[in-house]
Amino acid sequence: MFDHRGVSVPALAPASAPGSADDLVARLRQKVAALEGGPARLTVPTHPSLGGLVQLRAGAVYGVDSARLALLLMAGASAAGEWTAVVGWPDLGVEAAVELGVEPSRTVLVPEPADLWLEATAALVDVVRLVVLRPRTRVDARAASVVEARLRKRSAVLVVWGDWPRCEARLEVEESRWSGLDHGDGRLREQQVRVAVRRGAAPPRHGELQLGRAG
Amino acid sequence: MSGSGRVLVVWCPDWSVVAALTEEGLSTAVPAAVLGRNVVEVCNDAARAEGVRRGMRRRDAQARCPELVLLDADPDRDARAFETVLGVVERLRPGVAPLRPGLMAVRAPTRFGGGEAHAAALYAEMLVEAGVWDVRIGIADDVFTAEQAARRAGVQAHEVVAAGGSSAYLRGLPVDALLADPEADELVSLLHRLGLRTLGELAELAPGDVSRRFGAYGLQVHRRVRGETAGPLAARTPPPELACEVAFEPPLDSVEAICFSVRTTAERFVAGLAERQLVGTAVRVEASCAGPRGEDVVVSSREWLHPRHFSARDLVDRVHWQLQGQAQGSVRSRRAVVAVTEPVTRVRFVPATAEPAAAHAEGLWGGGASELVERGMARVQALLGYDAVRVPVAQGGRTPAARQTSVPWGERSRVVRSPQQPWPGQIPGPAPARVFAEPLPGELIDHAGLPVEVDERGWVSAEPATVRVPDVGWLPVDAWAGPWPMDEAWWEETGSPLRRAARFQVVGVDGRAWLLASVDGGWWIEAGYD
Repeated sequence: MFDHRGVSVPALAPASAPGSADDLVARLRQKVAALEGGPARLTVPTHPSLGGLVQLRAGAVYGVDSARLALLLMAGASAAGEWTAVVGWPDLGVEAAVELGVEPSRTVLVPEPADLWLEATAALVDVVRLVVLRPRTRVDARAASVVEARLRKRSAVLVVWGDWPRCEARLEVEESRWSGLDHGDGRLREQQVRVAVRRGAAPPRHGELQLGRAG
Repeated sequence: MSGSGRVLVVWCPDWSVVAALTEEGLSTAVPAAVLGRNVVEVCNDAARAEGVRRGMRRRDAQARCPELVLLDADPDRDARAFETVLGVVERLRPGVAPLRPGLMAVRAPTRFGGGEAHAAALYAEMLVEAGVWDVRIGIADDVFTAEQAARRAGVQAHEVVAAGGSSAYLRGLPVDALLADPEADELVSLLHRLGLRTLGELAELAPGDVSRRFGAYGLQVHRRVRGETAGPLAARTPPPELACEVAFEPPLDSVEAICFSVRTTAERFVAGLAERQLVGTAVRVEASCAGPRGEDVVVSSREWLHPRHFSARDLVDRVHWQLQGQAQGSVRSRRAVVAVTEPVTRVRFVPATAEPAAAHAEGLWGGGASELVERGMARVQALLGYDAVRVPVAQGGRTPAARQTSVPWGERSRVVRSPQQPWPGQIPGPAPARVFAEPLPGELIDHAGLPVEVDERGWVSAEPATVRVPDVGWLPVDAWAGPWPMDEAWWEETGSPLRRAARFQVVGVDGRAWLLASVDGGWWIEAGYD
């Protein structure tokens, strides 16, 4: 749970970058806060292409509106060695997930949870770091608060592709451009996405992402 | 030479074919061949009569004999099937030495009944009764000679080489007799080219020359023909009985009551394995009901796998899932687990795979699926059913749907098609993020509002203008590419005639990309890219 590499940074590279000391202090403060039973604000590994836009934090719910964004958030945690789970998403593209960095052997799918999707999600939150959920119906605030309490207790992250009453942040695709296709010629090569990250009532932050592989 | 060392060899010809056909539930009389790497490895008599030979390529074999049943090579299956033959022979006399699947040796029971010939006839009778039709038996002083004698015997017959007569018997054999041994191909070809026709002529040569010219294998044959070696039989110890069962009197009909009653049996089963430093990683659970004449009939049998190894509690859970079947309703399970409705008289645990406990000891630093994850998954499985929790597997294939699959949590993924190999016809570029197991009906029309069509030469009737995707609606097309013609039968496994089909990539004005397939003028959405 604790990032030992972070602690050893000053010993290995003493003040090489001016910002690193502040960074370290911030990280140490965060750990102290977590130890004191404060809000679990530990970070969960996030895909490098989302750097600067959003940093996943344990115990929070994130909303997305596209499959590729959901896979991207999942890939960050999975590539860093965490277990991930996907609930209620039967048409998940395994190959696309692997291309983005998801490790299939540390991934668990519950493609058809039927009416028990909330129970399955709650049970999975106990054991994996990140759960991707496609809710079947609207989630009421009471059920949501039960899941959120469990997320905080277990320091897990829930990524919801769909509606959720209270999200820490919502990632939305504002504009998507595929390159490589012409009228009848070529093939899909790369996707350029403009993502908006909304947190509460604050104005959204925007970022450009390069998705898909050139080749 | 070991004093009374008369050896009886039982040979079941073309064992791979017999084992495979039996497992498939086919008659062993149909022409069949086992193929490995696209080449016939073993074929049976019916296939040989049609001209099929070992080493023939698949298409040549099929050209000679179109109704040839093609089977995949599987050494495990051959060995497993041979186990029943070993068991039958072991019933009469222990000390059986399996030489390879299809061939075994046992000390000939000399003082038994009417002597060797009688014993051979008895073995043949027992094996035919057990369902193995083609059995040949040879008896001689050593294994090598007995094997050669068995190969010269007729179906269900035997050939006896008199004591002390091995060398004379072997000397008379043509060198082609060695061909049954797959190693011997090269040696036999060389002997032919050197003009040696019988094993006797080989035996005349000096051992030093044989060693230099024919190598270790040639020397081994040379020694045997001269009657110099006769190693003792490496007889096996019969495998211990590890299966456990519990009978209910009177029969129980409630799943809860059964699960409660099998607990001690499950503990005994796990303890029985542990006594031999084994753990079960795959266990078959069988449940029996009373049949019409009061006998036990196995009504439910399923093999369960475990990500680590079974504890008694896990076994009780499996019994519960198996007997409850799919009582919870519509979701999941293509695998037919029939819910048991009649009262159960007997539950039996059979270890399908037992592995050394040392290989499953807890690593000092942990590894694989941690115990925590595993317990959590067991909880979700208890909630939704065993097959509802799955692990994704990427594999090779041409269509996006063929390139992925999933296995129930705990089962080992068997990747049949390597994703690294080239798959001609596969659509290159980024993989789709959504792959529909069943394609969704869609539409693609041109500027005039007519459906876009593709003719047999791959010409597109008009420029696609608008696409309809379920749940998204009609969208103007921003860009498109295609057609990629498809050769495989599309979504049809019933052998329907190949239909005209082609794939397109289409990007709508909203920037979302889809993979469409045109089949016989209809349009289907196979996958979505974002």
